[in-house]
Amino acid sequence: MFAKLKQVLSVAAKSVAMVAVALLISSATSHAEEKKAQAGYPSWGPQFTLPKSDNKCVHDPDFAKTGKCVRDTAFMRRNHMELLKHKRDRTMRQGIRTKDSSLQNCINCHVTKDKADKAIKVSNPKHFCASCHLFVAVKLDCFECHRSTPETPKGSASIPKIPAHSNLLAANTDEAKNLKNFLSNHAKEGVTQ
Amino acid sequence: MSNISLKDQYINKTRRDFLKKAGAGVTTAMLASGITLMAYPDPALAREPNEGVDPTKRWGLLIDVNKCTEDCNECVTACSQENGWKLDGNPAVDSQWIRKLKIKNPKTGFEQTFPVMCQHCANPPCVDVCPTGASFKRADGIVLVDKHICIGCRYCMMACPYKARSFVHEPLEDQKSHAPRGKGTVESCTLCVHRVDRGDQPACVDRCATKGHGALMFGDLNDPKSEIAKTLATYATKQIRADLGLDTGVRYQNL
Amino acid sequence: MALPIAYSSINSGKGFYATLALLAGFIAAGAAAFLYVEHHGHVVTGMTNQIVWGLPHVFAIFLIVAASGALNVASIGSVFNKKAYKPLSRISGVLALALLAGGLAVLLLDLGRPDRMIVAITTYNFKSIFAWNIILYSGFMAIVGAYVYMQMAKGMEKYKRPLGILAFIWRLALTTGTGSIFGWLVARQGYDAAIMAPLFIAMSLSFGMAAFILVVKYTGKATGNLLGSKMTWRMGRLMGIMAAAVLYFTTVRNLGNLYAAEHAGVEEFILFSGNIFTKLFWFGQILIGGVLPLVLLFAPNKGESSSRVTLASVLIIIGGFAQLYVIIVGGQAYPLVMFPGMEVSSSFQDGVVASYMPSIYEAALGLGGVAISLLIVVFAMMAFKLLPRDMSDAALDPHHAVKAK
Ligand code: SF4
Ligand code: SF4
Repeated sequence: MFAKLKQVLSVAAKSVAMVAVALLISSATSHAEEKKAQAGYPSWGPQFTLPKSDNKCVHDPDFAKTGKCVRDTAFMRRNHMELLKHKRDRTMRQGIRTKDSSLQNCINCHVTKDKADKAIKVSNPKHFCASCHLFVAVKLDCFECHRSTPETPKGSASIPKIPAHSNLLAANTDEAKNLKNFLSNHAKEGVTQ
Repeated sequence: MSNISLKDQYINKTRRDFLKKAGAGVTTAMLASGITLMAYPDPALAREPNEGVDPTKRWGLLIDVNKCTEDCNECVTACSQENGWKLDGNPAVDSQWIRKLKIKNPKTGFEQTFPVMCQHCANPPCVDVCPTGASFKRADGIVLVDKHICIGCRYCMMACPYKARSFVHEPLEDQKSHAPRGKGTVESCTLCVHRVDRGDQPACVDRCATKGHGALMFGDLNDPKSEIAKTLATYATKQIRADLGLDTGVRYQNL
Repeated sequence: MALPIAYSSINSGKGFYATLALLAGFIAAGAAAFLYVEHHGHVVTGMTNQIVWGLPHVFAIFLIVAASGALNVASIGSVFNKKAYKPLSRISGVLALALLAGGLAVLLLDLGRPDRMIVAITTYNFKSIFAWNIILYSGFMAIVGAYVYMQMAKGMEKYKRPLGILAFIWRLALTTGTGSIFGWLVARQGYDAAIMAPLFIAMSLSFGMAAFILVVKYTGKATGNLLGSKMTWRMGRLMGIMAAAVLYFTTVRNLGNLYAAEHAGVEEFILFSGNIFTKLFWFGQILIGGVLPLVLLFAPNKGESSSRVTLASVLIIIGGFAQLYVIIVGGQAYPLVMFPGMEVSSSFQDGVVASYMPSIYEAALGLGGVAISLLIVVFAMMAFKLLPRDMSDAALDPHHAVKAK
């Protein structure tokens, strides 16, 4: 019996060790990725250079007008979920309804439209959130309950006319060119941003 | 709150002042038009988006059963439109946040109809039984389901004495932005918390008033100067199943 | 002191692979049903906003309740120091663990958001009896696991008894907790009664014993290591006493409900006018699950019979399912009383007896849970030496066997 038990235990120990090693490796590589991202090289996703990370809160309650997100892109790529989660609890439990980091505002700004100028839903792989989450294979839970497109009820802000990242596009830099390229490629596939 | 810039604070301040003036205007206008049950919006009740809920308040409803007519279903429709749930031909599984109930005394034949929704209990059994803490009571007395952590065990539905809760049986999309709801979680009347937080009253109360019935009154039960507290102090009112001692936030008059 | 008992593991026997295949088939069907419901939502099940807990909960609660009862034999052996039961403590502990695992699997897989199981395990609302149950269940797993380990490890004799006692106390708490899930529901006229806790303890003792007898007898038969008929009869009689206790508490509960005006309505519904629930109550729970087994086990001048014990165990399990169905589903089908003495109607089925038609998915999920439990038992018997090499009366209890001669 002990032989069997030992066998079971050794198998268990081996698998635990394997998982630990896998975790170590993945955390090391993800750290490398982080470095790459900070140096301005995105390791995945659309191939255009990211703006330099200044990690400063832009904090413009009217993002749509300036095209600026609440934080810089590098920060948002890594940490948007933390912002959202923090906000979600404050809204849910304490009734704090500021616009900063509100999912509703993310959705209103990061809107992708189809040919008919209609905002596409998260079920479409080109949806802003879906495209990335599909790519990195991370389950998106928000839209099990939240709507994934802007809503335009009477009295609230309408779908922004200015595309997101308009400030980037306006500048005459390589970044802007890359982004334009990326967007026009998307446009060819029937989706505009 | 430290996140809020000075500029925002300034904007908020001017907005608050404006609201106060505007609110006063609305109140006066309402009094002039003679709709006595519209005790709200009250300028003092408007709250800034960056302020948390006020624990000194306890929001509640008073339903005057005599003013509620049998063939009217407006409060239910208003809620459905506001919050995006609908009866889709399968009443056994479709969500119903609010419903019209008809009771009949079999001995006398006397009938009454009135809406029933989550009673926003002060001692809510749904909150007591919820294993994860997804069901919770806000500091201002509004009972909500935090769908971020609800596991869909439905124990709260077993525990609620008013059948106030529904389980979402099917996948949904295109929900209202202010009323997220999703498959596998439990939901119920939120007292239109998104409206209350911006200083409005629940959609059902609004609709009932604009349809000229004025059977629903919304307000702060804790504030002796509020219309609802004054009415409660003056007239006989009831809580459904008061014997359970849940101290409901929804009260009934002439029931 | 008799010779030490020799134990052995199992990896063959009559119908060994057929049994494995059958169990795997049920588990596969259960898994498919789970995925289907998870994808489409609970709309494809028979459960509604009126019957929020259905067939899966009947299965889950049956398994959980039986789990604590399956520990009977181990408790009698170590807590009450009955020698003949000691050799069977290992399998008793393992069966308890397996039944609990199967029951919890069904319960968790029926959640609206099974993907959030981790939330269920990591965030507690300590006011909720449900959360307490999760702690009770995990504790049960740990304690019984340790207990079984002590049984098998060398030199651990001195820990066996204290752990056995701890396990005994813990399982009483566990069953009380499970019963209280219902007893706590003040608003539901069908459940609100303190008697639910002792009723559930009695149920656990009898269902668990029945499951234990069937599993051990079946394994013995398949491996040609028959359980001694004296031992079978002793356990059968014990089970009979527990079944009688269930009948007793059922009577007390129902009579009590008839007297309490508040509960009279639902009681009248279950006992007389509830149609399917009335039938299940009288034929399933009372006749099949109570009276018949008692007749089989206690009828005078019939002598001892091992096969009558088997039959009685099967009947008790059938009756147990009927009983839980009546309690769980029947208690919800009867309309909630919000306005005593009034006739109530609405679009939300107020004042109407709710109907419930379990779907194939719910049944598959429940049966899958049973199969999980049994498969765990089989695997455990393969991996560890759980059963005494010889289960005859002479080997289990030489003293008793000699006396009987
Ligand atoms: S009415 Fe029901 S759902 Fe609402 S707070 Fe009371 S127990 Fe909870
Ligand atoms: S269904 Fe959700 S809200 Fe209700 S008791 Fe379970 S976890 Fe809590």
